[in-house]
Amino acid sequence: MSMQTGLATSTTRLRSYAPATDVSVAAPAPRLEIARATPVTAHRNPRTEPGPVRFIIIALAITFLSVFVVLPLVVVFASAFSKGVVAYFAALAEPEALAAIKLTLLIAAISVTLNLVFGVVAAWAISKFEFAGKTFLITLIDLPFSVSPVISGLVYVLLFGAQGYFGPWLQAHDVHILFAVPGIALATIFVTFPFVARALIPLMQEQGTQEEEAAISLGASGLQTFFRVTLPNIKWGLLYGVLLCNARAMGEFGAVSVVSGHIRGETNTMPLLVEILYNEYQFVASFAIASLLAMLALITLVAKTILEQRLDEAEVPDGD
Amino acid sequence: MAIEVKNIVKRFGSFAALDNVDLKVADGELLALLGPSGSGKTTLLRIIAGLDWPDSGEVAIDGENALSRGASERQVGFVFQHYALFRHMTVFENVAFGLRVQPRAIRKDEATIRARVKNLLDLVQLDWLANRYPSQLSGGQRQRIALARALAIEPRILLLDEPFGALDAKVRKELRQWLRSLHNEIHVTSIFVTHDQEEALEVANRVVVMDKGKIEQIGSPGDVYDNPATAFVHGFIGESIVLPVDVAGDAVRLDGRPLNIPALGAASGAAKLFVRRHDMAVGPAGTGALEGAIRHVRSFGPIQRAEVALSGSEGKTVIEIDAPRDRELQAGEIVSLQPRRYRIFAAQE
Repeated sequence: MSMQTGLATSTTRLRSYAPATDVSVAAPAPRLEIARATPVTAHRNPRTEPGPVRFIIIALAITFLSVFVVLPLVVVFASAFSKGVVAYFAALAEPEALAAIKLTLLIAAISVTLNLVFGVVAAWAISKFEFAGKTFLITLIDLPFSVSPVISGLVYVLLFGAQGYFGPWLQAHDVHILFAVPGIALATIFVTFPFVARALIPLMQEQGTQEEEAAISLGASGLQTFFRVTLPNIKWGLLYGVLLCNARAMGEFGAVSVVSGHIRGETNTMPLLVEILYNEYQFVASFAIASLLAMLALITLVAKTILEQRLDEAEVPDGD
Repeated sequence: MAIEVKNIVKRFGSFAALDNVDLKVADGELLALLGPSGSGKTTLLRIIAGLDWPDSGEVAIDGENALSRGASERQVGFVFQHYALFRHMTVFENVAFGLRVQPRAIRKDEATIRARVKNLLDLVQLDWLANRYPSQLSGGQRQRIALARALAIEPRILLLDEPFGALDAKVRKELRQWLRSLHNEIHVTSIFVTHDQEEALEVANRVVVMDKGKIEQIGSPGDVYDNPATAFVHGFIGESIVLPVDVAGDAVRLDGRPLNIPALGAASGAAKLFVRRHDMAVGPAGTGALEGAIRHVRSFGPIQRAEVALSGSEGKTVIEIDAPRDRELQAGEIVSLQPRRYRIFAAQE
């Protein structure tokens, strides 16, 4: 923001200087005086800070970002490749690493798919219908954001653990939820639930129900209305929510750590494996996995920027 | 197609949006539902379209019970105040939508659909916009496209909810005349909702005046203007002078002084005298029912509008009258006023 303002004002400055210079070069002496008498530079944009102040503010912002964001990112990649490219790929090809990558992808696929459905349903209900308890539902959707992920995981231990409410029944029927894929998926779904719904609710509320009503009065069925009118209108918001949901699902540590049981090669997701390998002083392997997560973050960022532009276009009633 | 609405009741919580409404619309009519906001006119329109459901009552379209069918099965064209065009579709696809979502069995082939859409775009004179998106259109163009889209399904009836409400005054005037002539051309039974009396009187064959969920009067534009059935209609349509009077037998009194005009059968008790501004004849002092001092005169066009402070009210009651410009009125002049046409309604509450 501060950089943008700085750039914009410096261009205005340049422009306001330009006529004065032109006149002084091209015109004879008397007109030069007129040009001088016109206080072109005196009309400074009131929002423009003096040069040094701008410089310090921009420098501070860049330094902060470099130290706290760029530097750690560089360290991740540097450490991952510290023993060379061969060691890096060898670390990723370890069965344990491959299992963790597979599990992470599986968990992300499950939780993103389910949250996509739940998110659309919740957003639909909230933005298109009036019902009692609507405010409560909106608050409830935000709950996973306000609860520590460790607590989110612990809830499932309390529910499905050996001492939990359903523990004995599950044991009796030989159903494994905790320390297995279902538990990890449940914890991830809980933590990532808000992303899709939160991305859609404001968009759908703003768009209202008139286009749907128009579609129905033109003879469209409920499904036709959803797929031909509602979905195209929310597709960018939906993708945006899915993207953030996916990033969080793959990167979730706290909640998953509580329910996973850390069974090697079975219930370790990538973030969990990073910690385990690090604690075992296998730095290259640890940072190699971490570098994959970092790359996911970078790709997510780029995609997010593109989607945000599309979303801006979608909100101002516009075509594709 | 004829529409018949019987005993419709619709409540939102404790608020009665429609309170036992009956309405018959003849085939080919262009009817206006006119009323202030909250009068229930839009709710009635949405119930006929199937976008809202009444708590009780009946709706029949062409003698068929409409309430047993959903909105998508009623074949009713609906035009929204804010157009509700599909923002991600071109103008062409917007108009084609109703044809493309038809059940496979009766769906037309692509060539027929294209020809029909082109015809409709020609009808609304916007065929050159076929490949634009709604956001690239002006308000007036959007509303005409919305109308073309509604006509695409060959609706049995056409319903328009404040169709010109979001447009600026000049475009609104043009579209009014355009809608009138379009209706003359295609003759589909149409109901449009408006809170703009001028719009209703200018466009419709018949006007239904609504207030607080009830129908106050149904009649031709001339009828509701010249013979308002209730105090509300008189006050809502056209400019009226309203004076609180007392009726005793056939005598009418204002502030205790007799007015020397017949009560026209109004019941005894507190009442309100309604006179159109231009129905108040101005004469020399001492010749009319009322007397007052002119405070201010503005002249424009064929009339002069005068503010008159009535005598005997300590100058508190000030009315505005429209007089022809055959004799210029002067501020400060004392004149008498005689209602040429008037109505007296019993005061409510």
